Formats: sequence, C-alpha cells, structure tokens
Amino acid sequence: MIRRAVCLVVLCALAAFCLQAAEPVSGQRFTLSTHCPPGFELARGSCFLRSLYQLYDSLRGAGVGGLKTGLAEVRDGFTPQQIDLGRYLFFDPLLSGDGSLSCASCHHPDLGFSDGRGRSIGVTGDPVDRSAPSLWNVAFLKRLFWDGRAHSLEEQVTGPLYAPDEMGNTERRLLTDLNANETYRRLFEEAFGQNVITANAVYTALTAFEASLISLNSRYDRYAHGYHEALSADEIAGLNVFRSFVARCAECHTPPLFTNQEMAVIGTPEPEGLPFDKGEGALTGDPTQRGAFRVPTLRNVANTAPYMHSGRFADLRDAVKFYTQGRGHAVAEGERLSLHWHIWEPDLSERELDLLVSFLHTLTDETFRPPMPDAVPSGLEPVGVVPSGAR
Amino acid sequence: MMGISTGTLLLVALLAVHAVMAGELVVKAGESIQDAVSAAKSGDTILIEPGTYKETVYIDKNNISLRGVVVSGNWPTLEGEKIRNDAVLYSGSGITIENLKIVNYKGNGIMGQAGNNFVIRNNWIIDAGVYGIFPEFGKNGLIEHNVLSGIEDAAIYVGMCDNVDVLHNEVFDSVAGIEIENTRHSIVDGNYVHDNTGGILAFITPGLPIKTNYDVIIRNNFVVNNNHENFAIPGSIVSYVAKGTGITIMAADDVVVENNIITNNEYIGIGIAGLEFIAGVRSDPESEPNPDRVKILNNLMWGNGENALPEVKAAVQAMMPGERYVDIADISKGTGSCILEKDRYVSVGLDRYSTCKMTSTADTLTYTLPEPVEIREIAADEKGKAAYYGICAGCHAYSVKMIGPPTMAIQAMYQGRPEALAAYIAAPSKVREDYPEMPPQNYISEDVRLAVAQFMLQVEK
Repeated sequence: MIRRAVCLVVLCALAAFCLQAAEPVSGQRFTLSTHCPPGFELARGSCFLRSLYQLYDSLRGAGVGGLKTGLAEVRDGFTPQQIDLGRYLFFDPLLSGDGSLSCASCHHPDLGFSDGRGRSIGVTGDPVDRSAPSLWNVAFLKRLFWDGRAHSLEEQVTGPLYAPDEMGNTERRLLTDLNANETYRRLFEEAFGQNVITANAVYTALTAFEASLISLNSRYDRYAHGYHEALSADEIAGLNVFRSFVARCAECHTPPLFTNQEMAVIGTPEPEGLPFDKGEGALTGDPTQRGAFRVPTLRNVANTAPYMHSGRFADLRDAVKFYTQGRGHAVAEGERLSLHWHIWEPDLSERELDLLVSFLHTLTDETFRPPMPDAVPSGLEPVGVVPSGAR
Repeated sequence: MMGISTGTLLLVALLAVHAVMAGELVVKAGESIQDAVSAAKSGDTILIEPGTYKETVYIDKNNISLRGVVVSGNWPTLEGEKIRNDAVLYSGSGITIENLKIVNYKGNGIMGQAGNNFVIRNNWIIDAGVYGIFPEFGKNGLIEHNVLSGIEDAAIYVGMCDNVDVLHNEVFDSVAGIEIENTRHSIVDGNYVHDNTGGILAFITPGLPIKTNYDVIIRNNFVVNNNHENFAIPGSIVSYVAKGTGITIMAADDVVVENNIITNNEYIGIGIAGLEFIAGVRSDPESEPNPDRVKILNNLMWGNGENALPEVKAAVQAMMPGERYVDIADISKGTGSCILEKDRYVSVGLDRYSTCKMTSTADTLTYTLPEPVEIREIAADEKGKAAYYGICAGCHAYSVKMIGPPTMAIQAMYQGRPEALAAYIAAPSKVREDYPEMPPQNYISEDVRLAVAQFMLQVEK
C-alpha cells in the first residue's frame, strides 16, 4: 500500500508526465468489474435496475404521483464493464484540461455528489455561474443542467468537460490523452471492443456510471412501501405539510423521485452581489421563461447544502422558509417574472417549517454509494482537487 | 399428509383474512378519525358519528372507506378552524369518502395523490380552502352528489387524472366551479353550477408533467349566473378567469358540450381559447396550445356575454348592430370543431365550424372503467427479485464480501429454509464476528420477506 502511494506521488510530481503516462508500473491492477453495482441485476450481459417501485404503476407512465407510484423511465442496460470504466473516468483528473479536476471535484460522493459550494470552482480557480447539482438518480432525468438545456446524460457530460471555466478540456486533447494511456486503451477495448478510444465511448461510460447512482431506500421509502413505523410522528406530520395544498411542495417535488422534471420560475434571490440569472430564459429569449430552472430532486437533499441554483440558502430551514415569505418577495424591482402559480403565501408556521425540514431528512439514502477508486489509470491522484468537507 | 395439513392451514388462514377484511370501525365524537385509519386494514369501513373532528386525516392504505353517519340532520364535521391544512389526504387506491361535512380548512377539503378507484360522494364542503375536492394522478374515479361553496380556486378539480365522472354536484360561490385539467376521459354531467366566477372549465395548464386533456363530455348541467367577483389567490391559474364565464375550453381537445342550460353568464356562455390566452405563466413548448375538435351539440343558452371581451363585443356589433348578448366565442386557432344549429346562438369566431355529424353522447354512459384498476398482482419471484436487488444488494454481493457476507455464504447456511431466512431478515441477530450486525428489514411486508428469501437462496450470480 505504502509503496504504491509513494510511487504515485513520485509519478505525479510532474503532472505533464502523468498526462502522457504509458501503462503505469502497476497497470495490470486496473480491471473492470464483471458484476453490476448494487441495485442492478445482470441479465444478458447488461445491468438492469431493480427496485420495489417497479412493482407499482404510474398514471400514463409519467413516474409522478403519490407513495406507491412507479418510477419514470430509467437509463439502464449498460454493461458492468462500461459502468466500472465510467467510475475510473469519473474520478480521474486526466479529464480536465490541466489535470487538476475530475468530475468528482464538483460531484463528490461525500457531499451528495455535489460539492458543498454555492457555485462550483473550475480550472481557473474562479467560481462558475451555478451550483453543481447532485447526481443521485440522474438515470431518471429527461433534462439536465439547471436551465434544462441537455436532454441526455451523454449530452450533459460535454458541458463541464469543455467549458473553459469548468474542466477546461477540449475533445481533441481528451482523446489524445486517453489514447496515449495504455491502461485506458485496454479498458476501453474491454468495455467497448474498440481499440481506439472515441468521444462517444467516453460519454457512454460516464453516463453508465452516473446512471448507476440510485437512491430509493430511504426511511421515507419504507413508509411509502407500507411500513408506517419507519417515520416518527413529527416526520409524518412533515410529510403531510409537504404534500398539503398549503405548502404544495409535492406539486413540483412529486414522489417517487421528488421532482416532476418540469421547469419552474420561483424567483429565488441570487447570493449578495451577483447579477440575476435568467436561467432557461437566457437560452430561449422567451420572456415567460426568464428565471426558470429545472425542478431538482429532493432525494439526499440534506447532504447537498447550500441550496438553489447559486447557493443562496445555507441550509434547509432557510430554503423552505423562502416559500412562505410571499410570492415574488425576492424579485428585484422592475424585474418581470412569470412566477409559478404554486408560489404563493402559504403562511406556514415556524413549527411547520421545522416539520418540513425533519421530513426532508427522511429522504436520505446512500446505501448504494459506489466505492472510490484507490488509483486511476492516469496515475494522477484520484479526484484531483477535493472539495472541502469531503473526507 | 404433510401437504394436506399445510393446505388446510392455508385455507383456514385465507378465511380468517377474509373475515377481517370486511371490518367496520366506529369513531365517536371526541375520538380521532386518524386513529381509526391507523388501525384499519384493507377493506375496512370507518363509520364516523356526528361530532366535530379537528384533524387532518391521511390514508396511505388501499381499500378504506370513510363513511359519515348523519343522524337527525347532524353531520360529522371536519373543522379546520382556518389553521389546519387539509381535511382528508389519501394516496391509497380504492378509497371512498362520503357523508362528511368539511369546513374551514386552508388547503383542500379532500385531496388524492395517485389513488385509483376513488369514490367521493354526498359530502358538504364549505370554505375549505383552495380546492374542495381534488383528486390528482388518479385513474377511475367518481365524484357525485357533493355540495361545495366558498372555495377560493376550484370547488371540484380533477387534475392529471384518467377516467373520472363528475355527476350531480352543486357548486357555487367559488372562483371556479368544476375544473377538468390535463385529464383524459371525463364526464361532467347533471351538475348545478351557479354563482361562481367561472362555471365549468376544461383546460390544459402548461408546465405540468402530464400534458394532455381530451375526451371531455360536459352535458346536462345547469351553468347559470356565474358572475361572482374573482377572489382567487393572485398568480393562480384561475385568477385569470374572467368573472361571468359559463364554460371555458382552453387547449383541451375533443370536448363535447351537450344539452346544458347556460344562462346569464355575463362574460361568455361558452368561451374557447388557446394557451396564448393566459398570460403570466411560463410557456411550455411541450403543451399543445390549441383546442381541437370541440363539439357543441344542442344546448339552451341565453342572456350570456353582456360584458364580453371588447374584441368579441366589437365583432358582434359589426355583424349584428345593437345585439346585447353573445353566447359562444372561439378566439383560438383550434381546428376540426363543429356545432349543431349554430344559428340558434349569438356567436363569434365559429365561421370555420362544420355541422357536427354526431348529435348525442348518449351511447357513452360513463368514462369510469367497467372493472376497477387492478392493484397490480405481483408474482412472488418478481417481488423477491425487486427486493433483493433493490435493497439487499446494497450490502450483499453474490460471491464477494461487501458490508455483509456474500449471498453464496447465506445460501449455504439457509438452503431449503427460506422461512428461517425470512424470519432472520425481519429480526436479525449478530452472527459473524467480522461483519456488522444487520439492521432489521421488518419494514418489508411479510410476503415480500419470504419472496426475497426464496429468491436469495436460488440466485446464481
């Protein structure tokens, strides 16, 4: 163990060398799993999600409803090898332009696959415009990014990889680095049967890994499946506030995924000193879409503070309080927004806000958290820059 | 011998279960309805005696009936005192709620979230908040013989449902009487809808996860004097409903309006519009904006539209100078619509309407289903597989040590004894020094525990 760690430190003393590294001394130790991650059944060579929620239906297959409601359509069917290769790539800083950041630098398993920051920090060292959304249950999402601009995980991964202020890479450089690495060539050959690493294979592998991050075994889920002792009296009271037509949380954060996957204009404030973020409206120019953002899932939300698209709210209590302070209370004067009709003045009591927060904590489940690799094929330190708060 | 005795036992067990299923629980004044719901089993009826009940009742079980017992005109009353959120919330299927008086709640009178096969009838709901009766995400439901008033959004709101009949209700003094929103196959029949801001609305709200609204029959209703001031919450969809609207059809398709009496609604008798008509809502490219194939059959209409939309008014004046009223206006870009005996009415925007080929919906008695939506019968091996991969696999891999011992080791220990393994799953004890103690999985129902034990003992990789 110690010997290997020392070896890596020496190798990585020169980052440039690492980026060009041939099969490392101990290259043979990288093997791809032949088993599916937990939650998946291996069938016909590929991994398929299995969950008690698949025993239920949902109206028109939309995956929204109440407690015993089926899930939205899932991305699965990747091979164990593709998923495991995606895991190496995910934690490998080789994917960033300067070898400093991996996907996990902003989507860290210790931080709910987010980074604990209001706005993530890219290769330039400066904060980017928005926060890093959690990756739990992205396998079910039909649109990605806060502004909903991507419609598949494959499309989504190209965003941070090539944004100059995020991972700052280029497709050409990424493929050059990967193809220069004998270990990766061997692993891609194993996972995709191609002796040249293509961009699509990279995106597929990352997608396969991200789509394996499933969280559906929280205490709330036990209640939903019929074991009502799983929640305390206060937590059930919190659930009832959550789904009541006063708070209306469940109208957009609809079970079982706690998102209805729609875009919504709710008028949250930016952190002090930041300009108004037009969200979806910046893409489309449609004035009614100004300030619209994707409704995020609330699963594992207790682990992903701070909240909202740029992290204005430090904790869950502040985040839920926003909804009871009045429709449009934080919208700047002169700013015209088509605020969502469920944003109103529910006049929730302090006690109800506390109950909501205690209910939100019942949505935590990380039992299927994947293991972080001890080493990655580039020879770089896995993860690269580690967000503070990660162990 | 063994087989026979097991079979007999099973039979006895089934009979016992059956006997329990037909239970009745009685709630008396001073007791809690929720306590009875918590104690109830699938199939039970909860009889609620007259009295005042200050609580929110939530039903997260299937096949439960809440039935009020009205004695000498005394109703069991759920009293919200304007401090409680909702009177009744249900997520289960097969829920019946009847004979209750519901007053002074802040949220909804009766709200369903994804329950199928619901029946909501004979309830008396006054000033119960935002919606009186609101089933959402449900399939196959009946809402009949309810009386609702003083609701600040819709008295009866069928939102994102399939196959719902709304029959013989009286709704008044509310902002919207009856709303059919993003729902397929619904009938609004025989209702008395009066003195609301808007009477009956069939429409698409953009930005919801279920995007369509079609096959709506609006027939045999009295839609009269819906001229109430709009007192909706600012920003709500119905805050855009003009005072004096009889029937609104916005973006919904295949709506039939037949044999209604529609009188003295001062904005319009029947208004047909596209989604461009509402402002202030984020536009949703996935919502189709036009009301197509509207069918207006025979209806009795007069005295509508005295304060119509200025453009509509102007159009009437251009055609018929001095005409005070207008019954029907279509300001949409919808196509394929038709009407019978168009010349009976004062109308605007109906030039492109053809004469309907159909004359009646009498052949369609109901849009509820002949058989209830099945609570899906799940085969034991499917349940076992879902539980094994969905829960157990977090700690147990087939052949390698994870958090718990490998499945292979468990198979060696319990081969042929799934019942013993199921019992252990419910109440584990510390067995192996080198592993953490397993947490009890007693939240999984007994049948699923046995199914998962059986699955775990035969899984091969």
